[in-house]
Amino acid sequence: MAVSAHEAVSPGPVRDHTPPARRSGGRGRSVLEVALLTVLAVVMLFPVLWMIETSIKENRDVYAIPAKFFDFKVTLDHFRDVFVASGGGPSTLSVSFLNSVVVAGVSTVLATVLGVPAAWAYSRFGVKAKKDQLFFILSTRFMPPVVVVIPIFLMYRQAGLINTQLGLILIYAAFNVPFTIWMMKGFVDEVPPEYEDAAMLDGYTRLQAFRRYTLPLLLPGIAATAVFALIFSWNEFVFAIFLTSSDNVRTAPPAIAGLIGGTTVDWGLVAAASVVFALPVLVFAYLVRKHLVAGVTLGAVRR
Amino acid sequence: MAGIEVTALHKRYPDGTVAVDHVDLSIGDGELFVMLGPSGCGKTTTLRAIAGLERQTTGDIRIGDTLVNDLPPAERDIAMVFQFYALYPHLRTRDNLAFPLRAEGLPKAEVRERVDEAARLMRLGPLMDRRPRRLSGGEQQRVALARALVRRPRAFLMDEPLTNLDAELRADMRTEIKHLQGELGTTMVYVTHDQVEAMSLGHRIAILNKGRVEQIGTPLEVYDRPASLFCAAFIGSPPMNLIDVEVADGKLRGQGGLVLTPPPGLPRDRGLVAGVRPEALEVTEPGAERSVPARVVSAEWLGDELIYVVDHGGRRDVRVRMPPTVRFAADAPVGLRHTGGTPAVYDVSTEELVA
Repeated sequence: MAVSAHEAVSPGPVRDHTPPARRSGGRGRSVLEVALLTVLAVVMLFPVLWMIETSIKENRDVYAIPAKFFDFKVTLDHFRDVFVASGGGPSTLSVSFLNSVVVAGVSTVLATVLGVPAAWAYSRFGVKAKKDQLFFILSTRFMPPVVVVIPIFLMYRQAGLINTQLGLILIYAAFNVPFTIWMMKGFVDEVPPEYEDAAMLDGYTRLQAFRRYTLPLLLPGIAATAVFALIFSWNEFVFAIFLTSSDNVRTAPPAIAGLIGGTTVDWGLVAAASVVFALPVLVFAYLVRKHLVAGVTLGAVRR
Repeated sequence: MAGIEVTALHKRYPDGTVAVDHVDLSIGDGELFVMLGPSGCGKTTTLRAIAGLERQTTGDIRIGDTLVNDLPPAERDIAMVFQFYALYPHLRTRDNLAFPLRAEGLPKAEVRERVDEAARLMRLGPLMDRRPRRLSGGEQQRVALARALVRRPRAFLMDEPLTNLDAELRADMRTEIKHLQGELGTTMVYVTHDQVEAMSLGHRIAILNKGRVEQIGTPLEVYDRPASLFCAAFIGSPPMNLIDVEVADGKLRGQGGLVLTPPPGLPRDRGLVAGVRPEALEVTEPGAERSVPARVVSAEWLGDELIYVVDHGGRRDVRVRMPPTVRFAADAPVGLRHTGGTPAVYDVSTEELVA
């Protein structure tokens, strides 16, 4: 027995002599893969790197020809300019960043607060014409938002919502609710309804059962969904530029775009503002990356 | 403890599907009552209506003397065990068991005493400090049963509690549940789609199909005299042979010359089908006394028995259960003989038992 056991183990080292052609082929392929991926990464990331570089260059280095990649003087003046006005006090950009935080934050909370219970209801209850309702909800996202800019503008003018944060919050929430309902319904479907049944038998009401048992299990999904909604609201440009006009209401995307188009463009400031603008979403997405992946795959692969 | 009366229960969903179609059940105090049927037959909906998790469209449900139509689940004094065990994932076994009692607001000492008692009954000792994810399926289901026990409810409702377990464990748990129910004497309504489970557990079985009750009876009654063609085809493995017959010369004659003893009081003017259990037939040497000529189509040897599929010139092949000692080769010419008593006879058009 001992001998056969030894023989059974022996193929281990032999495996190193597997056909050389296949091995080198595998190595060749992986070298090619790495090379292609590197090229792709450089192409994809170069604008980002260039933006970051521009944000820490002095203006004369920004315009230098040939372009300076490494040997320039690092300055943080542009970042100071993003937040502080030239005469002291907060800059108009910093106001618009604050506006973005308020608008994106509140609209995301609103969409989540409305969308999660709706998704739960669609998942758990026998709603009349459920499929048609869900399709209708989804259909509001079929057309590009740009199509409704003019009608919304006219409606908002009647309602006095033009150039208000509330106006932007409402329109962003309206765009995010259908998305939230659909994505969250996938998550709720994954949570066995028996938890709620058992809790109800134990003396809780439907809503208590939802809050105490289903909701905690949904938190990863809610996080993922909220991040998507937040990114949409944070990045939104078209409605922001149509529906706001004054600096104290305007959000960051149109404000940054507004920096370009004068007689001279302060590219350093544009780049610094863009870096500041991109950071919160990156950080937030990084923090919830695990849930984000789970969210995308869970939402996509339905039972 | 209490019996359960279900009267004219009807459940229609908003989308128009009728899940339960005027079901009447009368479940005795201390009875182990099984609802059996294929998926979508309404058995689970009926159970959920009894539990109060589903509101019936019309009809009454009484637990004991109480009309519970408008009571929320918690006030019906019942406990339910689910197919998916529904243990709270963030609680240890001990707290999972104590949970319903704490929700009721019982004093601590009594909670501990009842939890310990249930743990002892279900032999949960070493599992008490684990969370559900660290328990196997069988262990989780034992915890779920214990959680139902601690409530000391008037009735247990079991929704396919063993379906997710593997075959061996399922047999063990079946014995355990039956023993437990006998010990406690608490009314139990048990839903399953597994006929073996139904036969071995139930004091009485209700067979449901398309939201209607097809038959209610003891396992023996259900097996011996299925009330409809659906029940005949559903109970038994292999199921009953359904043989087209007609009455002639005081005998029931099937195709291929098969002769059966007719039950009294048969109507003559209708198409009839006889239900014959595989063990009520016999494969013999060709030309044996009272046998009709037939041919073996295939033979399944199951160790303790042989199932022959036999072609005797009828519309369908016939299945015959034989002891494993009797061997006929496939395609061999044989004889087929009816050895049982009078068969159950069904009307072809109504699909119901006529005699």
